[in-house]
Amino acid sequence: MLEVRDLHVSVDGVPILKGLSLVVRRGEVHAIMGPNGSGKSTLTKVIAGHPAYEVTGGEILLDGANLLEEEADARARLGVFLAFQYPVEIPGVSNKTFLRQSYNAVAEARGWDELDPLEFEDYLEDRLGLVDMDPAFLERSVNAGFSGGEKKRNEILQMAVLRPQLALLDETDSGLDIDALRTVAGGINALSNEATGVLLVTHYQRLLDYVKPGFVHVLAGGRIIRSGGPELAEELEVRGYSWLVEGGEA
Amino acid sequence: MSEQIQAMIDQPYKYGFVTDIESDTLPPGLSEDTIRFISARKEEPAWLLEWRLKAYRHWLTLEEPTWANVAYPRPDFQSIIYYAAPKPKKQLQSLDEVDPQLLETYEKLGIPLHEQKMLANVAVDAVFDSVSVATTFKKKLKEHGVIFCSFSEAVKEHPELVRAYLGSVVPYTDNYYAALNSAVFSDGSFVFVPKGVRCPMELSTYFRINTKDTGQFERTLIVCEDGAHVSYLEGCTAPQFDTNQLHAAVVELVALERAEIKYSTVQNWYAGDAEGRGGIYNFVTKRGKCAGFRSKISWTQVETGSAITWKYPSCILQGDESVGEFYSVALTNNLQQADTGTKMIHLGKNTRSTIVSKGISAGRSQNSYRGLVRIAPSADGARNYSQCDSMLIGDRCGAHTFPYIEVQNPTAVVEHEASTSRVGEEQIFYLNQRGIDTENAVSMIINGFCRDVFRELPMEFAVEATKLLGIKLEGSVG
Repeated sequence: MLEVRDLHVSVDGVPILKGLSLVVRRGEVHAIMGPNGSGKSTLTKVIAGHPAYEVTGGEILLDGANLLEEEADARARLGVFLAFQYPVEIPGVSNKTFLRQSYNAVAEARGWDELDPLEFEDYLEDRLGLVDMDPAFLERSVNAGFSGGEKKRNEILQMAVLRPQLALLDETDSGLDIDALRTVAGGINALSNEATGVLLVTHYQRLLDYVKPGFVHVLAGGRIIRSGGPELAEELEVRGYSWLVEGGEA
Repeated sequence: MSEQIQAMIDQPYKYGFVTDIESDTLPPGLSEDTIRFISARKEEPAWLLEWRLKAYRHWLTLEEPTWANVAYPRPDFQSIIYYAAPKPKKQLQSLDEVDPQLLETYEKLGIPLHEQKMLANVAVDAVFDSVSVATTFKKKLKEHGVIFCSFSEAVKEHPELVRAYLGSVVPYTDNYYAALNSAVFSDGSFVFVPKGVRCPMELSTYFRINTKDTGQFERTLIVCEDGAHVSYLEGCTAPQFDTNQLHAAVVELVALERAEIKYSTVQNWYAGDAEGRGGIYNFVTKRGKCAGFRSKISWTQVETGSAITWKYPSCILQGDESVGEFYSVALTNNLQQADTGTKMIHLGKNTRSTIVSKGISAGRSQNSYRGLVRIAPSADGARNYSQCDSMLIGDRCGAHTFPYIEVQNPTAVVEHEASTSRVGEEQIFYLNQRGIDTENAVSMIINGFCRDVFRELPMEFAVEATKLLGIKLEGSVG
């Protein structure tokens, strides 16, 4: 279970999050929506431990462990996964090698056995089914020369391989055509059924047609100003954010 | 974050120890007498002494070149020791008689000279200061007609071969340091693979400078007759001294018709300390001649050491349809300076060359690629592809690319690509986020960057090279 308590975050001395609280339980899907610049991406990066963000107050706990005391790699080994809005290219490193190193890096902490290349191949085949990805991608360099949609699918494949406790999806739907969107949504649904808690950052209702969040939060001005069920997302689709933001702290 | 990366590449040099061994050294200084002494000590024939003296007299007329993108005080050639040999207790009959302290030194370096402990299928010639101390697997090679021995031994046993090829690719008039080497070279390796023979194992020379203020001037000559193949690797280390030592080697390769030579280098000379004190000046001339039809010469180098590297392994593509290749990784840190690259001289018809250069700069180092592709009027249908990539770690280092392209034949196709990138915080965060710690993340990024070069190395050495970069990158993550 993820608990964020009264979180304050600054970048280069500028406050971005100003007292944000949130609870995400195992198997729940939460959507974070909100206008541009409201701090949505910041929230996912701070939970994942990006070094550029300074936490000036509050707590982030994962199953009771204080994440703020851990570096990004240790948080990942505890089961935090971030699907990047802009996945990074690592030329010369094959996707398969990367996935296996990553899997083995988290394996010990998660109580899994390390897998040798052959064992990993079998495991990978099983996980590939979730994202409908061409196995040829495994031989290519990590994200190098991938299209936008391929990069996003690759993020979901990594998530499927690492079976996180908590998945943070930062605008995973942006730049996807409708087929890719369906596949990505299918992957997210399958994993949330595997009892992963999901925190989904999105601009649009579109993804929510395929992934049904139990909880929708509106983030504006560095705080959650409204929380509700799936009906809130539909209302936002019709009315935009202004009716909420004007009433709240802009 | 970039401080963490920097901390990882600031690893202490592992090979900086000195072996306390009695050596037979000349006092410092250079004159015709020095050369006569070296030649006499090696019991050389008169023609070779004559050649050395001609080279010396020519050298006296030359000026030290200044065009390279490196800065250093001019070496004082009178303060260098030109001959230092570990004192043998007696003439060696077999490896068992090599001084145990020397064997220990090589063990420490990870180069066991006992044949039964060797890497499977690699023969080694070990050069300690100026002299070859041991060559392994000689007998097995001899059965195949392959000659692999120290240069001094070749002068004694195979003078006709040495005389035919010495200076045929790098004449003593070639450049300042080649002239100096020709005058004072003390040893090195000699390889001869006769017609149609595929050398049954990898050949390797391991160079070690031990004595303080010694210059190491070795000379390597590799000749492959028609249809012969050989793969050769050299490795280098030196102890840590706070003064600079000069290493001015010459390597000549000759490939006749359909012959193939693959020459790989893993250079890890002492690079000096973090303030730039000490370290090797590595001023080396390496050149191969693809003399015959469809011959092929391939250079692969992993350059991680030396205070200054000045080195351009080159190919003269004389035979029609001959092929030249150059694959290079140069890593510089602290105040290291590297100016390295290649020359591909296309003379024959339908000759092809490939250049892949990967420069990694960290600390306050300067890393330059300098390469010449020349297509002569006679080289109809010649092709070249060059790719030069630079990676920067931190913001106080420099990467430079100096490509020279001279095309004198309208049918030639020459391509050049270049890129510069930075080991970014975002790349590291991405890998961290997948559970991989920073140390492994940096090593993964750098090995990925170098992959096109590492895959050209012989299997065992690709692992070594990966480890070597790992050593330079491993360590104290906070």
